[in-house]
Amino acid sequence: MAVHVLLNILQVAFVLGLSPIFVGVLNRLKEVVQSKRGPSILQPYRDLGKLFAKDEVVSSESSWVFRVAPYIAFICPIFVALLIPVLTRFPLFFAFAGDMLAAGSVLALGGFFAALAAVDTGNPYGPMGASRTRMVSFLVEPVFMIVFFTVSFVAGSTIPYIVQTKWVTPPGSFFEPAHLLLLLAFFMIVLAEAGRIPVDNPSGHFELAMIDESKGLEYSGRAAALVKWGGYMKLTVLMIVFLNVLLVPWGLAATPDPLAAALAVLLVVVKILGFVVALVIIESSLSKLRLFRITEFLGASFIISVAAMMSQLFSGGAP
Amino acid sequence: MIGYPLNDLFGGLFLLNAFAMVATRQIRGCLRFFLLQSFCLIASALIIGLLTGVRELFFVAGINLLTKLIIIPWLLRRSVPREIYARREISLVLNVPLALLIALLIAVFSFFAGRILTAGTAAFSTNVPIGIAGLLIGAYTIAVRREAVPQLLGLLSMENGAFFLGIGFSPDLPLPLIAEVAAAFDTLIVVVPIAILTRNIHERSGTTLVGSLTTLKEERAP
Repeated sequence: MAVHVLLNILQVAFVLGLSPIFVGVLNRLKEVVQSKRGPSILQPYRDLGKLFAKDEVVSSESSWVFRVAPYIAFICPIFVALLIPVLTRFPLFFAFAGDMLAAGSVLALGGFFAALAAVDTGNPYGPMGASRTRMVSFLVEPVFMIVFFTVSFVAGSTIPYIVQTKWVTPPGSFFEPAHLLLLLAFFMIVLAEAGRIPVDNPSGHFELAMIDESKGLEYSGRAAALVKWGGYMKLTVLMIVFLNVLLVPWGLAATPDPLAAALAVLLVVVKILGFVVALVIIESSLSKLRLFRITEFLGASFIISVAAMMSQLFSGGAP
Repeated sequence: MIGYPLNDLFGGLFLLNAFAMVATRQIRGCLRFFLLQSFCLIASALIIGLLTGVRELFFVAGINLLTKLIIIPWLLRRSVPREIYARREISLVLNVPLALLIALLIAVFSFFAGRILTAGTAAFSTNVPIGIAGLLIGAYTIAVRREAVPQLLGLLSMENGAFFLGIGFSPDLPLPLIAEVAAAFDTLIVVVPIAILTRNIHERSGTTLVGSLTTLKEERAP
């Protein structure tokens, strides 16, 4: 039991501690691809440290929502990290506290408060960005639903640990068309949800074009650090769900001994770095879509997910 | 047994490419998706050939490799001006999400139809519905696109769908080889005049937008 608690803490510490470095590697690699030197991969840590040391300014016109939102945005990804298989193949404490739908709704809760807080201060760019994030996420939502329904048809459950064991055991069901289509649809919504390039440009500083960044415009000091860190963790959590549950469900610790856990940490880092390289390729070769083309992008991912569900229901893939 | 899931995988990719051909704006992208779709067809024919030992399927794969992946792209590149491929179709008949939703309904219908068709046969249960879907979505692509080349590719992808459907039934009722050969070379005969016509129309009127061919070139010029 004590080992499980330790593993749970390790799980949270992994997401909390390593999420900035993944973003650092991502930014560095992007610059390297453009034949620049780029910031150090530790830059996100320095940013966070700097922001934590600074004073915070809060508009006197804002309400409690504005002050609470950074904490919610920070805590939600940690909750999700407790629900999903980050390092272990066997279910930990909170594994059955919520399924993938619950994880999605916890992430959506963070987004909801971030949007409210952006509207709260009366900064003209905040509500504009907030309404855009809402547009993206209500287009993402049906895809999430269909993906999870398909997953539950395949694995008989939406608990991420059970889904993970379903893909990991027979390599045969790994090649089903449903799985492949599902991966593609989920990858597209990971890009949209994390605000990566075909949908949103995370490194843009032009307020009129911002989608996801605009919600943090009004924050300073500690709150800004929390919003930033929450964003890093959200990306990491989404990558972990995609990689550990759907794409490469191998290499997680099967037994609760420290060596296996250490090996799992290493392998998960390698997997995430591989994903980061894929992200760099995408972000360097595609351009950001116009706002009204985002519906097409997410519409396509919806179609793909429904095709996945159909091919699961109608064709030979029935269990 | 990895063959069956692998065949299913190529079936899924086949369907995905059919959807992509409805939605891609770039004409070059559309051509690429057509080539990928043809590749899925060839792969599926080879896999089913290996699984069932029906000899004709290897010929089907060979014929398709020759015509769809080598001759048709070569013909299209030679006969249609290069500038057309760089073009984007800005005004689709329907907007992309709506077009895709209708394509999805077609696919749902084909899955139902496929279920009825394959009942009580030894047919490959993924090939039949996906083949029907490829056939119908190809026809739908012709209706929904405005440029000549994507319409031609829609026609060709209908033919891809028909092949995909056909090889699904091959363990029960293998098609005579001559029919396959005839079908494959028919498409070549279709491609040549359409491509030459497209080229001529482009030279005459400066556009390949099918809807605007009723107006004169001088009228359209701003």
